[in-house]
Amino acid sequence: MNYNVDEKGYYGEFGGAFIPEMLYPNVEELRRNYLEIMYEESFQKEFHQLLKDYVGRPSPLYFAKRLSEKHGCKIYLKREDLNHTGAHKINNTIGQILMAQKLGKTRIIAETGAGQHGVATATVCALMGLECIVYMGEIDIARQAPNVARMKMLGAEVRPAKSGSRTLKDATNEAIRDWVNNPVDTYYIIGSAIGPHPYPDMVTRFQSIISEEIKWQLKEKEGRENPDYVVACIGGGSNAAGTYYHFLHEPEVGIIAVEAAGKGIESGESAATSALGKVGIIHGCKTMLMQTVDGQITEPYSISAGLDYPGVGPMHSHLHTSGRAEFYSATDDEAMAAGLELSQLEGIIPAIETGHAFAIFDHKKFKPDDIVVISLSGRGDKDLSTYIDYFKLA
Amino acid sequence: MNNRINNKLKEDEKLLSIYFTAGYPALNDTVQIIQDLEKNGVDMIEIGLPFSDPLADGPTIQESSTAALKNGMTTEILFDQLKDIRKSVSIPLIVMGYFNPLLQYGVEAFCKKCEEIGIDGIIMPDLPLDVYQSEYEAIFKKYGLRNIFLITPQTSDERIRQIDKASDGFIYMVSSASVTGSKSGFGQEQEIYFERIFKMNLKTPQIIGFGIKDAETFQQATKTTNGAIIGSAFIKHITAKGVDAIPEFIKQIR
Repeated sequence: MNYNVDEKGYYGEFGGAFIPEMLYPNVEELRRNYLEIMYEESFQKEFHQLLKDYVGRPSPLYFAKRLSEKHGCKIYLKREDLNHTGAHKINNTIGQILMAQKLGKTRIIAETGAGQHGVATATVCALMGLECIVYMGEIDIARQAPNVARMKMLGAEVRPAKSGSRTLKDATNEAIRDWVNNPVDTYYIIGSAIGPHPYPDMVTRFQSIISEEIKWQLKEKEGRENPDYVVACIGGGSNAAGTYYHFLHEPEVGIIAVEAAGKGIESGESAATSALGKVGIIHGCKTMLMQTVDGQITEPYSISAGLDYPGVGPMHSHLHTSGRAEFYSATDDEAMAAGLELSQLEGIIPAIETGHAFAIFDHKKFKPDDIVVISLSGRGDKDLSTYIDYFKLA
Repeated sequence: MNNRINNKLKEDEKLLSIYFTAGYPALNDTVQIIQDLEKNGVDMIEIGLPFSDPLADGPTIQESSTAALKNGMTTEILFDQLKDIRKSVSIPLIVMGYFNPLLQYGVEAFCKKCEEIGIDGIIMPDLPLDVYQSEYEAIFKKYGLRNIFLITPQTSDERIRQIDKASDGFIYMVSSASVTGSKSGFGQEQEIYFERIFKMNLKTPQIIGFGIKDAETFQQATKTTNGAIIGSAFIKHITAKGVDAIPEFIKQIR
């Protein structure tokens, strides 16, 4: 089976471009040109140079000895938290800002949940000297204050999304409306593996540097390119897409996704799309989506702003329904406990999003000789106030 | 096969079409609003099926949609409210909304219900031309429904020709690069765009929407086209003055 996008922009039955006509010229321009542009020699050279000198890639693949002993398997951590700006998000924004430049766009818009994508976008806009507007839900602005300050310091304008649940979904709506209103000079840097085709594929390709590096790094350390499992947390699914990409067609590699169960799948306050969703249209693509029987999109909940999204990227919907990936979900409490454990066993404070991936050990037992690579997608600095409140650290 | 949209467009006049969000201001205002609009000389009505995430709409329609959903509006309830509408109303009725609620209801079931009620057409901004043609055109036609496509100032001539060919009923000309309800008045840019479309001599009649709010913009919009659609300005009016103020609104347009 093919797990990549087909020529019509679909992953199995998922994907496509369900966009109003107002967005058609921009999305079509991108669709026609993105592959050619991104595989030009000069583009690749500039992209990889920036990833190396500016982002600090390759990010280490670190053998987590104490965590491995605790959970009885060989655990490697892919250290995306060590990237400039503290998460995997910058891999994609570097790629897309170069894309925007090639297309002659001068004004950049983005949506953000936890603020990591917003910061990564504001960063590359500062780097390239482009105007930057980031839409962020009002609730997220309150719970991710340090990232709001970072974006402002980097010169971006942060515009609050005040409709709906006032989180990532609504920030994405506002960014799309901005693009409708500014169709000529504006480029929309989508931060996750969602949106109309070709966005999910383009974001996945820019993030695929993660699994590309895992392959040669694991070869150096273990003498083999393929681990037994790759594990990532999933909201929209960009770090997961990048972590899985080069293993999708390697059947011996188990693919594991951990969603945010919030207060529990049955609690009514959750963001576990694969368990609670069904096929629908959100933000321009057909994918698994949390919704009412009437087709109204449900307001999700997670303690982590970055996973607080009612859908999942179309590639992941296909991985789920085809059975290629195993999907689990971790509650707020499990993710927080896993974050605390990683901090105290390995000296690494992860983002709360990332904590969900580490909660896999509450749900799945690995064999002693299994090699498990976990995407450590972001660091926890931005979440300190949530950690302080939750663990009463102050 | 002609339906009410085609017939109405043959009457050689400038059509006034009104959009409203079903279930707003109150859940059961739907039938009364439709009847009052017809009584006051409106030529065609877009009945908005509210959606939680209306991407192409500005704050006015977003807020009316949110309120309608809060009032309890659903696809099923709307169809139930409309079941006897053809006993009292004869102008063309179009359902306008977003694709996901239609998809969840079932496209064929939705279209069948529309035919039973006497709905003439559907506008789904996020159902793109290629998907419509490959998956749904046959179903729409089976139930005699016109699918109305949008064009914008950024739409290429080539694509406009494609849309013209695929269209029956009318083409919805979005007046400017914007979401609904956000422009004040038409400038030179719009005049150039209206002129460009006029000169293309399309087979399908055109009706302009987005940014029409008073007699002046209505006249500007209908100079080279077959009519204009008013949405946000109408919703603002009934929000401020109530549904009894419908005659007052229509009188100030023409």
